Amino acid sequence: MSTAMEVNDIIKPENLVYQKSRLMAEKQFNFCPGCGHGVVVRTIAEVIEEMGIEHDVIGISPVGCSVFLYDFYKFDVVEAAHGRACAVATGIKRVQPDKFVFTYQGDGDLAAIGTGETMHACNRGENIVIVFINNGIYGMTGGQMAPTTLEGMKTTTCPRGRDVKTMGYPLNITPLLAQLDGVCYVTRHSVHTPANVRKLKKALRQAFENQRDKKGTSIVEVVSNCNSGWGLTPKAANDWMVENMFKKYPLGDIKVDGKIVMDMNAPR
Amino acid sequence: MAKIRGAVTVDAERCKGCELCVSTCDKQVLGMSTAVNSKGYHYAYMANPEACIGCTNCGIICPDGVISVYRVKVEE
Amino acid sequence: MKEREMRLMKGNEAIAEAAIRAGADAFYGYPITPQTEVMEYLMETDATARTGMAVLQAESEVSAINMVYGGASTGHRVMTSSSSPGISLMAEGISYLAGAELPCLLINVSRGGPGLGTIQPSQADYFQTVKGGGHGDYKLLTLAPSSVQELADFIALGFDLAFKYRNPTMILADGALGQMMEKIYLPAQRPRFTEYPDWATNGTPEGKERRFITSLNLLPQEHELVNIRLQKKYREMEQNEVRYEMIQCDDADYVIVAFGIIARIAQKSIELARAKGHKIGLFRPISLYPFPYDQIREMADNPRIKGLMSVELSAGQMIEDIRLAVEGRKPVGFFGRLGGMVPTPEEIETALYNYFNIK
Repeated sequence: MSTAMEVNDIIKPENLVYQKSRLMAEKQFNFCPGCGHGVVVRTIAEVIEEMGIEHDVIGISPVGCSVFLYDFYKFDVVEAAHGRACAVATGIKRVQPDKFVFTYQGDGDLAAIGTGETMHACNRGENIVIVFINNGIYGMTGGQMAPTTLEGMKTTTCPRGRDVKTMGYPLNITPLLAQLDGVCYVTRHSVHTPANVRKLKKALRQAFENQRDKKGTSIVEVVSNCNSGWGLTPKAANDWMVENMFKKYPLGDIKVDGKIVMDMNAPR
Repeated sequence: MAKIRGAVTVDAERCKGCELCVSTCDKQVLGMSTAVNSKGYHYAYMANPEACIGCTNCGIICPDGVISVYRVKVEE
Repeated sequence: MKEREMRLMKGNEAIAEAAIRAGADAFYGYPITPQTEVMEYLMETDATARTGMAVLQAESEVSAINMVYGGASTGHRVMTSSSSPGISLMAEGISYLAGAELPCLLINVSRGGPGLGTIQPSQADYFQTVKGGGHGDYKLLTLAPSSVQELADFIALGFDLAFKYRNPTMILADGALGQMMEKIYLPAQRPRFTEYPDWATNGTPEGKERRFITSLNLLPQEHELVNIRLQKKYREMEQNEVRYEMIQCDDADYVIVAFGIIARIAQKSIELARAKGHKIGLFRPISLYPFPYDQIREMADNPRIKGLMSVELSAGQMIEDIRLAVEGRKPVGFFGRLGGMVPTPEEIETALYNYFNIK
C-alpha cells in the first residue's frame, strides 16, 4: 500500500527537488524571522547559479538590513557607503565591463541618500542590475521613516503617522527612473507567495540577461514586508503589505526593452 | 495509477519560527514544534507528512532557506 | 515646567530634551546608529507642538548640514546630530558654516571607524573635529562631555557660545554617553529667541542695507583679510573659552589625561591606584578646542609630576596636543583601545604602572 511508504523512503538524494542554492554561504542571515530580504537574497543566488555566472559576478552591499550581504554569498561582494552603491557599481563596471555587476539596496539607500548616484547611474545607462527592496521603513537603524513610507504610516520618526505636508509624500521612485533613456527594464515584484517569487526569479534572470546584452540599466524593485518595523507577525505583515503597499506600489512591469509599459497617467 | 508523495526536511537549528511555510502550504503539512532550538525559536516540522506532495512552495517561501523538498512518484 | 527637573534619561534623549528647553529653532538630521534616538525623541515628544521648533528628517547628512547652513543664515538657533560617518559627510557643510561665520550646534555621537566601522564608542574623531575634517583654516569650538548631565548642559551653552563668536560649536560625545542612562537635572524651558542678529539674512528690514551670506572671495587680498578675521576670533576663543577639570592633581606624581567617557572610567582607575598608595591624578579637558595647553604645560613644569599619560579610545590623537603642550619637559605615555572596544578601569591602571614602571 502506497501510504505505507515511510518519510525516510522519500527523503533520499535522488528524490531531491528543491534546496537552497549552493552559492549560499554558511552564515545565517541577520534578517528578522519572516523578512522578505531572505527570499530575495536566495533567489538572486539561484539565478546566478542557474546562469552559470558565479565566477563573473560582483555584488554591492548597501547600508541597511542587508549590510552584511557579503557574508551570505559565495561570490565576490563589495560594501558601499550608504547610498553610493550605484557609484561603486559604476566604478567596478567601467574597469570590468565583462563582469556581471549588481547592487542590492533598500529604500533609504536608493531613494534617500543615494538619489543622486542612482539617478545618474541610470541616466548614464550603466549596464548593471539594481535590486531595490522597498519596505517603506529604515529597518536596520530601528524603524524610522523612509522616502517610501506611506501617508499615515507610523514609524519612529513619524510616530503619529506620516504627514505629507511637513514630511513629504511617499516617493514612488521607480516610475521616475523608468523615464530615463539609459534605463531598459524596470519591474516591480514581491516575495510573499511562491508564485510571486517565481515571477521575481524570471525578472532577475531577464535583468542579468539585459546586462549580458549591454542594454542599459535594469531595476528590479521588490516590495517587501518589514514585520519588525511594522509591528506585525510575518504573515500579518504580508497581508498588510498586500492591502496597503501594493496600492501605492502596484506590482508589474513598468518598462520593458526600453519602452514604458505602465500607464504613466494613472495616479502614482 | 501513480501518486506523488513528498517530504521536506527542516534545518531546525536555522529555522527562525516565522511560520510563513505553515501558511503557505496548501496541504496543511507543516506545523510549529512545541520544542525550541538553541536560539529559542519554535521550528517548523511535518505535522501531517502523508499530505505532502513535494510542491516546493514551502522551500521557496522560506526566508532562511532551511527547507529541502523531496518528491517521488509512487505506483499504487 | 519646574526649574531643574530631575529625570533618569538616556544621553541621546537628554540631548533632545535639552535642545527643546534651550529654545532651539530647528533640528535637521538623519538616522545613524548610535544617535538616532535624538531625532526619534524629538518626533515622539512632538517638539513642534511644544515650542514650534522645526524637526525634519533629511534625506542624507549632506542635505541635513546644508539645511543647518540655511537655518543658521537667518540667525536662528539650528542644530544637527550625527555619528562619525555622517559627520564626515557634513565636512563640506561645516567648512562652509565656519567660513561664512554662521552659528549652529553640531553633535557627534562618535562610533568606531574608519569607514562604516562599528556602532560602539570611539574617540577617533578628535582630529576630524579639532584639526579640520573639512577644508581650510577653521576651528570648531568643541566641548567634550563626560556625563549625561554635561551632555544636556552643553546644549544651551553650545548655542550661546556659537552666537557669541558667530561660529559652529561641536559637542564631541560618543556612543557610550549617547546610550547610557543617568539621573540628570534639566533646566526650565527658555523661550525661543525672537530677535535675530544684524548679519542674518531674514528679509531686508525697511530702510536698512540688505545682507548677504557667503564664504566665497575671489580676490586673495580680500580672502586673506577674512581669514585674518577668523584667526582673530579663534585667538579670542583661546583666551576665554578654555574649560577643564582637575581631579586629585594637587599631590599627584602622575597624571592621566582623558576626555569624555574615558575620563569617567579613569576616575575609577585613580581610585584603585590611590587605594594601593599611588598618587595619581586626572586632568580632564572639557573644551577640546580651545585646548588647555597652558594648564597642561603648568603640570609638566611642576617638579613633582613625573609624567602624563593620555588615555583615548583611538590610536592616539589628543596625545599630539598634550605633547605640544608638554614640549618634551616630561614623558607622555599612551594607552588606547581601538575599533569600539572600551577598556576597564583595571586595564588603564595596569597600563599606567607598566608605562612608568610603577611597582
